[in-house]
Amino acid sequence: MSQFEGIDKLLRDHPFFSGMKPDYLELIAGCGANERIDAGQYLFREGEAADRFYLIRHGAVAVELHAPGREPMVLQTLGEGEILGSSWIVPPYRWLFDARAVQLTRVVGLDAKCLRDKCEADHSLGFDLMKRFAPVLSARLAAARLQLFDMYGKPGERRG
Amino acid sequence: MLPTLFEVARFRRELNDVFTLELTPPAGAFPFRAGQFNMLYPFGVGEAPISISGDPDRPERLIHTIRAVGAVTEALERLRPGDGVGVRGPFGSAWPVAEVEGMDVVFVAGGIGLAPLRPAIHQVLANRTRYGRVVILYGARSPEEILYRAELERWSGRLDTYVDVTVDRASPGWAGNVGVVTRLIERARFDAPNTAAFLCGPEIMMRFTVEALNSAGVEDRRIHASMERNMKCAVGFCGHCQFGASFVCKDGPVFRFDRIRSRFNVREL
Repeated sequence: MSQFEGIDKLLRDHPFFSGMKPDYLELIAGCGANERIDAGQYLFREGEAADRFYLIRHGAVAVELHAPGREPMVLQTLGEGEILGSSWIVPPYRWLFDARAVQLTRVVGLDAKCLRDKCEADHSLGFDLMKRFAPVLSARLAAARLQLFDMYGKPGERRG
Repeated sequence: MLPTLFEVARFRRELNDVFTLELTPPAGAFPFRAGQFNMLYPFGVGEAPISISGDPDRPERLIHTIRAVGAVTEALERLRPGDGVGVRGPFGSAWPVAEVEGMDVVFVAGGIGLAPLRPAIHQVLANRTRYGRVVILYGARSPEEILYRAELERWSGRLDTYVDVTVDRASPGWAGNVGVVTRLIERARFDAPNTAAFLCGPEIMMRFTVEALNSAGVEDRRIHASMERNMKCAVGFCGHCQFGASFVCKDGPVFRFDRIRSRFNVREL
């Protein structure tokens, strides 16, 4: 089995690409490669070029925010079956956060420029990808807002 | 309606503002169903409704886990072994543990909401072969505020139970999940059409949890939620806990979600 065929199958099995047309999967697979990230290793850091889009196959990745003089703040942990990174799709294509593997993590890394070029060349493919992306981003935004709400704080006397 | 005097057998600090009282029933046993609550009365201060968090199969130990948030619960927090406390109960509806036999069971708890769910978890795990996949999902504010940590680790160590924990805010050294508890539902695997879900936590958490369960394919009639309301009499007389056409004290606290959905998002209720 070639590397290309292997990636094709990994994409097909990943929930993010569930139900995608086989010819689209083939096109996207051409941009992909298997990657292994050891625990503690960074996949990317804030400000660097957002040149990849990741599908997490196994493991866990912490999305972090760094500020001088403070401990890094983990905003979210992503795991098996989830996607990592949206900066590759929004100009100027720079990462907004850090991403660190919390444990040994295996991902499919998709080359961002390759993917962007294919979406430009075939807008139907781009639209399909966007339709998959938007709900994930929306759900993560909603989750972040719920985290801000501090829902486990003390609202007053309660049954316990 | 009169409280019975119980003796505090044990006081255990769980978290900074959360503690567990173990009471000795004067009659030697205090039968209750998972999900029910008692009115606890530190004499001279007032009453508070507190869920029973112990094992229904061990009625000789009456356990309550309480968060100190006001005058009554702070008075309960000052109790120590040998002290007396007034108890009325048990009150309210229960988790339908027996009715969901044969199904996958998903417990979703947030914060101190794990306490009212614990009796049902005990029952399901004690009769593990009668259920399909058992999933326990728990969300806390921070790693320091994870309730029953040792018990979660014990459940997690069982090969027949899936446990996943997340926190809203991580602290240095936390290697677990960060993010809201609803996200754990996407990752858990269960047979949605044959799944019963039991929820307990802040109402806003349950609102989003129901959405996530619905998205996963769990129907409202298979979802059961424990509600919280200000209670006074606990027997449906005073109306303090009125929730539309229901009283949380006697029709709840555990409700089948399809029966309360229309009221669940009404802001004035």
